Amino acid sequence: MSFTHYTIEQLETMLRNKEISAEEIAQMSIDQIKAVDEDVKAFITVTEESALEKARQIDKDGDFDHNLAAIPGAIKDNIVTKGIPTTAASKMLENFTDPLYDATVTEKLADANALMMGKVNLDEFAMGSSTETSYFKKTANPWDLDYVPGGSSGGSAASVAAGQVMFSLGTDTGGSIRQPAAFCGVVGMKPTYGLVSRYGLVAFASSLDQIGPITRKVEDNARVLETLAGHDSRDSTSSKKDVPVYTENLQEGVKGLRIAVPKQFLGEGVSDEVRESVQNALQMYELLGATWEEVSMPHLPYADAVYSLLANAEGSSSLGRYDGVRYGNRAENAKDMIDMLKQSRAEGFGEEVKRRLLLGATVLSGDYNETHFRKAQQVRTLIANDFKAAFDQYDLIVGPTTPTSAFKFGEQADPLTMYMNDMLTVPVNLAGLPAVSVPSGYTEAGLPLGLQIIGKHFDESTLYRAAYAYEQATNHHKKRPTIGGANE
Amino acid sequence: MANISKEDVLKTADLARVAITDEEAEMYGEQLTEILTFTEKILDINTEGVKPTTNGNAVTNILRDDKPVTWDKRDAALENAPEVEDGQFKVPAIMEE
Amino acid sequence: MKFETVIGLEIHVELKTKSKIFSSSPNAFGSEPNANISPKDLGYPGTLPVLNEEVVNYGMKAAMALNCDIASETIFDRKHYFYPDNPAAYQISQDEQPIGENGWVEIEVDGEKKRIGIERIHLEEDAGKLTHGTGGSLVDYNRQGSPLIEIVSEPDIRTPEEAYAYLEKVKSIIQYTGVSDVRMEEGSLRCDANISLRPVGQEEFGTKTELKNLNSFAYVRSGLEHEEVRQAKILSSGGVIEQETRRYDEKTKKTILMRVKDDADDYRFLPDPDLAPLHIDEDWKERIRQEIPELPDARKQRYVEEMDLSDYDAGVITATKEMADFYEETVDLGADGKLAANWLMGDLSAYMNKHLKELPDLAITPEGLAKMIKLIEDGTISSKIAKQVFAELVENGGDPEVFVKEKGLVQISDDGQLREIIGKVLDENEQSVADFKDGKGRALGFLVGQTMKATQGQANPQMVNKILKEEIEKR
Repeated sequence: MSFTHYTIEQLETMLRNKEISAEEIAQMSIDQIKAVDEDVKAFITVTEESALEKARQIDKDGDFDHNLAAIPGAIKDNIVTKGIPTTAASKMLENFTDPLYDATVTEKLADANALMMGKVNLDEFAMGSSTETSYFKKTANPWDLDYVPGGSSGGSAASVAAGQVMFSLGTDTGGSIRQPAAFCGVVGMKPTYGLVSRYGLVAFASSLDQIGPITRKVEDNARVLETLAGHDSRDSTSSKKDVPVYTENLQEGVKGLRIAVPKQFLGEGVSDEVRESVQNALQMYELLGATWEEVSMPHLPYADAVYSLLANAEGSSSLGRYDGVRYGNRAENAKDMIDMLKQSRAEGFGEEVKRRLLLGATVLSGDYNETHFRKAQQVRTLIANDFKAAFDQYDLIVGPTTPTSAFKFGEQADPLTMYMNDMLTVPVNLAGLPAVSVPSGYTEAGLPLGLQIIGKHFDESTLYRAAYAYEQATNHHKKRPTIGGANE
Repeated sequence: MANISKEDVLKTADLARVAITDEEAEMYGEQLTEILTFTEKILDINTEGVKPTTNGNAVTNILRDDKPVTWDKRDAALENAPEVEDGQFKVPAIMEE
Repeated sequence: MKFETVIGLEIHVELKTKSKIFSSSPNAFGSEPNANISPKDLGYPGTLPVLNEEVVNYGMKAAMALNCDIASETIFDRKHYFYPDNPAAYQISQDEQPIGENGWVEIEVDGEKKRIGIERIHLEEDAGKLTHGTGGSLVDYNRQGSPLIEIVSEPDIRTPEEAYAYLEKVKSIIQYTGVSDVRMEEGSLRCDANISLRPVGQEEFGTKTELKNLNSFAYVRSGLEHEEVRQAKILSSGGVIEQETRRYDEKTKKTILMRVKDDADDYRFLPDPDLAPLHIDEDWKERIRQEIPELPDARKQRYVEEMDLSDYDAGVITATKEMADFYEETVDLGADGKLAANWLMGDLSAYMNKHLKELPDLAITPEGLAKMIKLIEDGTISSKIAKQVFAELVENGGDPEVFVKEKGLVQISDDGQLREIIGKVLDENEQSVADFKDGKGRALGFLVGQTMKATQGQANPQMVNKILKEEIEKR
């Protein structure tokens, strides 16, 4: 038996009825990690012992009432965990075995009695769209091991798709939760900026980063987000709004909802298979009682450019702290202090991170600060205004999550081509909006596709409602990769 | 149109304190030129009077009370460091520039 | 060619809040290395800044006291540079919109009053402390994140003397507001100076140099004096001033080249996305304005008018808030205003200068001083004895009345007692009596001295004079 056949809700009921124990659930997760991780390579660190210990404690206390009691999950390795290595998939932090404090979300999961099974792989410092830039390993797509799982939360998406855990935490700066969720056929939510505390999230671009859950089912996703969301006084950008119980109105359906489909989302660069799956989804929504219209959001085509400038400028700033002085990699035999900084950073960072550091530093220095960086901040405002205008008339915006399905390892060697993977997801981060990717079908080659549903600020409730209605009306979510227990 | 030369990259690398070889500088110069040129499609957009977005949301006045808190992990923090001496973090000597 | 000197000062003042500006670590001076740190202060991944409200209050108060306009909307920016004492590789500061702008202070040099403009005052975090050794350098992050205000003057200062007066005035005003200890020796006040020369009559500024390592007000003046001469020499011989940073050397009293300005000064400013913008409404501003105490210039004026002090004396008394408060309390306890001022400016200041101490370090209280002045006024002690009493008050404090009684320092003003003592003195010094009668006035002085000696200085001097003359007449 595998827990992947159940929802979190169902597992909790079984736990309370003593049909299954927390330890058994933990063991299933450990078994599956051991069985498939040699192929999938999702995990950087497996915390088998502490997970088992916690499970036994839960059984002993009979403490099944917490929101995620005995539910196995994985945490992206750019979220800090006290006493557990946090590497951001970088050589720079290879020896950073104890960050000495917990991220707020790490604390919240522990408080909800979730079982933390380990830390999962990502693109180095979350800079990438394929998880190929990890210093440690290349995570594979569970649907076809020759393909990338997407990124940067590739380990998060793959571990859920491979049935190793029930949920995982990812982080999303320009699509890093939604794109791998789409590539791996799972549900990935990028919440409204400020809904989930960033305290303890290794910063890439602070004005864009958000933590969010990846799960197999929409219902589970809503449940995990309920646990993560809420005000945190340690994060100055954390919202003080009350958090709704997302699982409460999941089944209310989409009747009467007005959906906008920006024509810019189905334009150049979007594959036929992807376009077709979106059209099928829209037909489904019509059947379910929603209406949709094509709209124009004129500044969307600039989002990728704006994102490249802003995210990397902020990224170059965020990564200055890795200097080999207080923690992390230090080069040996440096000539003097400055040489030590330069060599430590040269050794510690991979090629993609260096490229972005140089790009970001260029954008912030000299005249570029005014001509490019500040200009991009202004265009960011215009993009947000486009969304605002659309949401004046519509409840949701729908389109594809990615322009294509997953690609093979090494296939996208050119940096700019790689950046184009995010063209449909970055506008959401620039506007600080919530968006979810749900499985929307499969290519002829059998690779998953994702439908992106974007909502108003803090309207995750409507997003989940719409995602759930679509999920329940289709069979996409029932399909599983062989490696993830398709034949069980 | 953006044009980032090898020399530009070497200067920026010095600024960003990351050692790179001439070959790397050459490669990054070409790539940065390509990426920046691609971003320059935004330069013609009329942004007169448009307020730049600097934050991820519009919250304001997030403030903390002036209450000191002592952290009990000082020794562990020193253990995380590559080199320490007398309770301080040690770095190689600083050469006069 | 004749040159005009143009000077601008950048003053950093550490605010004495209980915790740091963006982390909750204690903001304390003199702890053991790395005692006051947190993951944030070490630049740990994932840590975030949260602004300390009291820092905003203090910064606003200082800016208001220095006559600045207070921003209604302000943000924080990241200023990037790599150095081991700067853990995030950026310092959180205010670039685009500082909390205060367009301020000024009035200074007085050689009787001339002049207004020095303040371009801006901004909030920022301090860096850690690096100690250079032979085998490497050591970093202590206790000071990392301590709140600072940077006060940037307009280039309105024309002489090193004016720079000195400006510093004194800024220090005094900040000290009155109570937001900082402004002690240069503890680093809670630091000063860098920009200086350039231009031919008299030319509007355009010359190339400036920046002076660092100015560790006392006197060094600021001396460093600027030297730099003024150095630049004049270069310019007069047709040379060019390089834009560079120079270090003042205390021993040689010269400035030495540290580094030439270059691309490393590209700070790549970025509005900090981790911090929310700050709106300061009128209510908030008004609340802080109400908390600003009477400032030195206003007090000085009041002392001239109400206490009848001279302009100079009132200036000295009000230079530090501690002195002015001490003075005011002493007078409130009934002491004569002029006498109190004389003691503070005379013996007390001399003591502080000699022992390099500040008023709060001394044991003397306004109660003690007021009582002592009363004891002088009512004739209980002589002013000579008072010096002895004062020394005791400064060193050990206490009640002068008790001290005077215990040590038997009360002045002898009893006519009978004095006549008896003087009778003996005259008996023992017949030659002097004779000399005086012969018209040698000096002899009286000797006899007074002998009388004082016989009474251990406690005899009332006026009475001694009078009785001596009377008793000599009788012989």
